[in-house]
Amino acid sequence: MKYVLLFVETEEFAGDLEAMGPAERDRAYSRVTEWMATHAGKIRGGNKLQSPETATTVRLDRGEPVITDGPFVEGKEVVSGYTEIEVADLDEALRMVKTWPGCPVVEIRPLE
Amino acid sequence: MTQASHDQLASVVRQHAGQLAAALMRVTGDFATAEDLVQDAVLAALQHWPAEGIPDRPDAWLFTVARRRALDGFRRADNYRAKLAQLQWPVQPAEDERLRLIFTCCHPALPRTAQIALTLRVVCGLTTGQIARAFLVHETAIARRITRAKRKITDAGIPYRVPGDDELAARLTEVLTVIYLLFNEGYLATTAPASRDLAEDAEWLANLLYQLMPAEPDVAGLLALIRLHRARAAARFGPDGGLVLLRDQDRSLWDHEAIADAVRLLTRAARRQRPGPYQLQAAIVACHAEAERWQDTDWEQIVLLYDMLLHLAPSPVTRLHRAIAVRYTTGARAAMAELDDLAGVLGGYHLYHASRAELLRELGHPGQARAADRHALELTANPAEQAILQQRLTWT
Repeated sequence: MKYVLLFVETEEFAGDLEAMGPAERDRAYSRVTEWMATHAGKIRGGNKLQSPETATTVRLDRGEPVITDGPFVEGKEVVSGYTEIEVADLDEALRMVKTWPGCPVVEIRPLE
Repeated sequence: MTQASHDQLASVVRQHAGQLAAALMRVTGDFATAEDLVQDAVLAALQHWPAEGIPDRPDAWLFTVARRRALDGFRRADNYRAKLAQLQWPVQPAEDERLRLIFTCCHPALPRTAQIALTLRVVCGLTTGQIARAFLVHETAIARRITRAKRKITDAGIPYRVPGDDELAARLTEVLTVIYLLFNEGYLATTAPASRDLAEDAEWLANLLYQLMPAEPDVAGLLALIRLHRARAAARFGPDGGLVLLRDQDRSLWDHEAIADAVRLLTRAARRQRPGPYQLQAAIVACHAEAERWQDTDWEQIVLLYDMLLHLAPSPVTRLHRAIAVRYTTGARAAMAELDDLAGVLGGYHLYHASRAELLRELGHPGQARAADRHALELTANPAEQAILQQRLTWT
């Protein structure tokens, strides 16, 4: 089955990352790279997203399209990237995600 | 054919529904379909059996109905028809298949309420109506919950299998929680004879799990815990239907043979030297169940067991229970100090205030005790508990 992993960052996580020294930050990034390499056989694609300040939201359910600046949900938790994976079932996806070394929240969504 | 009583029906359906679900699941490979077919068969049984009597081979009867429904439903789906042609009676799924059913129903990706409803329907063969009545929830709400859960199982790829060794402990905890909550729901409810006895369903499930996983000591622990509680059920309610506190219960009404059996079960489990929260809770209940009189209760041992339980599974409610035991080892003042620490987290829990009331009364503050009892009364919706608190307010 195919799933998309939505990586969600929190303010606290972003702050922690900011507060890290360059060496420490490199280590944090390399843990993520390592995770990607470990699961490369299951990963079908994905990207890191630019920060939520760069988002533009268009609402089409209010007559005329309404264009606003920012992500569609204003909140402390924002989607910061996604990865498409192909695994046997939800349990395998869960096993992968449990070892994710990056941001503190991951949403697993099956693809149609 | 025999004349069917309400309880007989329930137990016969429970005996066979899960087996049939497992067999249909094996053939169709589709959880939602298997579940629907079993539900149809159970509904038909509940329609026919009360008047016609339980057939000699209820499993064959249920199987035939399910198979006929399946063939009707899949007239246009050739692959299903081919699969169903393999479906033979007698249905003898491997024991392990009902275990898979249980683990799928209790998958952590499903919300707790759906885990409970699904387990009752699929493994115990309850109808949506029976579940709704037992939980005092509207039938459409339960139906919606079950539909959503079944859809998620299929769409999100929740697997149908017993988890591997590396995940078993965590997943088993999930299953035990579901059974324990079910038991609590049934046990704490007031005696409403019209409604389903969920405590009995919980014991049946715990026993099934114990048969399927005899080497897991905390499964035996949960079974022993449920049996120790149920063995004392006859003394829990007075002739007027009111709740009787443990201290005031007529212990001659307890089923001492069942208590001894449950203690033996617990002792065997303990030999595996893997203590778990249910074994410890059962051991605490056993301390009460084995005391001939209230004043014989081994409170020192109980406090010790609570310490172990808190070490394994810290929780404010367990700390409250420990504090109640401390009252009998160290005294009311020490117990009160422990309760004061819990005010922040347990302020909305009626038993916290009821326990405070008891201590305040012992410490000579009747006015504050009444206020605490009133507070407890406001916080509980359980009529039996309300009655006992009401009584205390009128007496003192």
